[in-house]
Amino acid sequence: MDVRAQVSMMFHLDKCIGCHTCSVACKNIWTDRQGTEYMWWNNVETKPGTGYPTKWEDQEKYKGGWEPQGETIKLRVTDKFRGLANIFHQPYLPTIDDYYEPWTYKYSDLFDAPAGDDQPTARPISMVTGENMDINAGPNWDDDLGGSTVYANNDPNFENLNDAEKQALFEIERLVFFYLPRICNHCLNPACVASCPSGALYKRGEDGIVLLDQEVCRAWRFCVSACPYKKSYFNWKTGKSEKCILCFPRLESGQPPACFHSCVGRIRYLGVVLYDADKIEAYASAPKEKLLELQREMILDPHDPAVIAQAEKNGVDFSVIESAQKSPVYRFLKEWGLALPLHAEYRTLPMLFYIPPLLPVLGHVDKKGVYNVDAEEYFTSMDKARIPLQYLADLFAAGDQEQVRSVMEKLLTVRMFKRLEEVDDVDPALVDSLLKKTGLTAESCEEIYRLTSLPTFDERFVIPPMHREYAAELIKGDPYTFKSEAGIGGFKNTPDRGL
Amino acid sequence: MTYDEFLFGAFPYVCLVVAIVATIWRYVTDRFSYSSLSSQFLETRQLFWGSTAWHIGILGVLTAHLVGFLIPQSILWWNMEPVRLYILETTGFVLGLLALVGLFLLIYRRVTSSRIRKVTSLMDTVLFASLLLQVVTGVWTAIFYRWGSSWFSAFATPYLWSILEFRPDVTLVNSLPLMVKIHILNAFFLVSLFPFTRLVHMLSVPIPYIWRPHQIMRWNRRQQIID
Ligand code: HEM
Ligand code: SF4
Ligand code: SF4
Repeated sequence: MDVRAQVSMMFHLDKCIGCHTCSVACKNIWTDRQGTEYMWWNNVETKPGTGYPTKWEDQEKYKGGWEPQGETIKLRVTDKFRGLANIFHQPYLPTIDDYYEPWTYKYSDLFDAPAGDDQPTARPISMVTGENMDINAGPNWDDDLGGSTVYANNDPNFENLNDAEKQALFEIERLVFFYLPRICNHCLNPACVASCPSGALYKRGEDGIVLLDQEVCRAWRFCVSACPYKKSYFNWKTGKSEKCILCFPRLESGQPPACFHSCVGRIRYLGVVLYDADKIEAYASAPKEKLLELQREMILDPHDPAVIAQAEKNGVDFSVIESAQKSPVYRFLKEWGLALPLHAEYRTLPMLFYIPPLLPVLGHVDKKGVYNVDAEEYFTSMDKARIPLQYLADLFAAGDQEQVRSVMEKLLTVRMFKRLEEVDDVDPALVDSLLKKTGLTAESCEEIYRLTSLPTFDERFVIPPMHREYAAELIKGDPYTFKSEAGIGGFKNTPDRGL
Repeated sequence: MTYDEFLFGAFPYVCLVVAIVATIWRYVTDRFSYSSLSSQFLETRQLFWGSTAWHIGILGVLTAHLVGFLIPQSILWWNMEPVRLYILETTGFVLGLLALVGLFLLIYRRVTSSRIRKVTSLMDTVLFASLLLQVVTGVWTAIFYRWGSSWFSAFATPYLWSILEFRPDVTLVNSLPLMVKIHILNAFFLVSLFPFTRLVHMLSVPIPYIWRPHQIMRWNRRQQIID
């Protein structure tokens, strides 16, 4: 058992209001430079929809992630020799048009226009070329199902739905959507790291954050293709790739990442989990049906004395183990079995988990025209579900409906349990039968409810001590040089494009 | 000192010294700037034809030059049979043409695409001009001064060795045709451009990828002391 610590994340999708505050917080801090305008390390997309970059889930097109090969797995986009052969031109690289061409407006025209009969207009100009352009795509072009006939209809996750299910999704009375905020998953088996010919990407041993060393990157850009979530980006200006850094300078000073901190719906949770690194290869290579279960199994119980002993032996600091014991992610993922990874079938072992949305599944407009979320019907006839379970299963459970159904039932049980307690308009027998069916208890329902609806800042974000002081000690000379600094080193020169 | 003595006896040393010193300097002081500066993200279709043809062509031709320089006997031996000489010359010529066509496409793309113009620096322009001159004079030589693979070892190889051994022998080259002379001089100029252009990406060829493990971990606390 090779116990390591990983800063892990969980998003509760029922709580996301699609406000994009997270994306803007991130952009303002990290990607407001030339060459990064088009990057959204955090983006929020509407599902069903094609997402950002367009159809990123279509791995026939982008070749992201791993695929099984005999007993083991291989990268879809490259292998050790193909990587070198394709280096002069990489066949599956997304181009800027797969994302969108960033633009601004020529505001000066508003001031400089001569007096006339018409209002002056500010024309859009490209932030790449500076020339006039027509805007025909953006990072959220299909927000809230805008242009659904073009976008939502082409969602790659419809592959396993039958025609009736697909049609039902787009009946106007049943039209339904939810938001999917996405950041880098800081995977345990990251395809981006494995694909980089220069070895520029790496996973930090102590906390599992996946970073890209720009001094080593030589713009071979395989990480962009290999990441199935398209969360590694190419900066066309500096000629280097960049990705989400999980705001490690903030984490190191005890603050949650900016997108977590600013989240309006308070959907985000962060905490350490301990995992068994010996199992990575075997579990990432497992048959598709087993992936979810095994990934969960890989996460170890931070209260188990054997795990603690082994963790300490491996150099995991005791303060980090203690933090793992309080991790909200661990509770949702392992204790309650409510959190699921996004597209486990890409086999990168993502460490960002989601609670799939219950409300869009249940909600419907009843005969009186009132929006209603009754529970009974849900259990009796699953086809009342507005979003086919298969759709959610393809997103969050590698296609396994039962996994999603189990989460849905638990969420519903908590709802009914609290409803009985607070409003008292549900049949107690129903709640009892739900508790029995899902294996939840009155206590766990209460705890889930509290951690879902009433958590404090410190309950949502259990940030482990990152112990940068130990790293500073490794540096010869005066450690006080680094006093009140987050991170060490950095750029000695400004990161300008090479000649 | 005659012109020839300066151009073929001194200029190469200036270029070599500049190249070596500046490359090391750049690597030590500004590693960030080492990059292939890929522009595929902005335009991919034309780049496929241009970059692939260019690189296959130029790498083939460069390899042939290197073999002719290091083990000229092997080429002379191979060329003993006329059929084999024809095969070698044709291959070389095709690779040269491939490089030329690729380079044309790359230049066309740089000039016509407004996005690519945005990422074209002054040094790119100098580099492309110099590369074009080099490939054109090279292909010219192949067409008009036949069987270069054989006479290369009589003139170029000993001349290059004389440079490397610090006893420059200008007599070996001063009778060569003008186009060949330009080819030689521009080659040294390109060497001097090396550290000031994107050519440094040649030093980054990621061969270790073949044997390194897929996943990379960096530990803070398992590292040695850092200076
Ligand atoms: C040694 C192996 C080499 C490798 C792995 C390599 C790789 C690359 C790569 C990845 C690019 C970027 C293409 C893109 O825009 O996506 C590039 C561009 C370029 N390479 Fe190489 N290269 C090699 C050798 C050479 C040599 C020997 C030369 C010339 C003497 C050369 C000249 C160029 C030029 C001029 C460009 C710019 C093309 C353009 O964007 O217009 N390369 N190379
Ligand atoms: S989500 Fe993509 S970029 Fe992030 S660690 Fe996983 S493979 Fe790498
Ligand atoms: S800030 Fe929170 S609620 Fe708003 S879109 Fe982002 S994840 Fe959703």
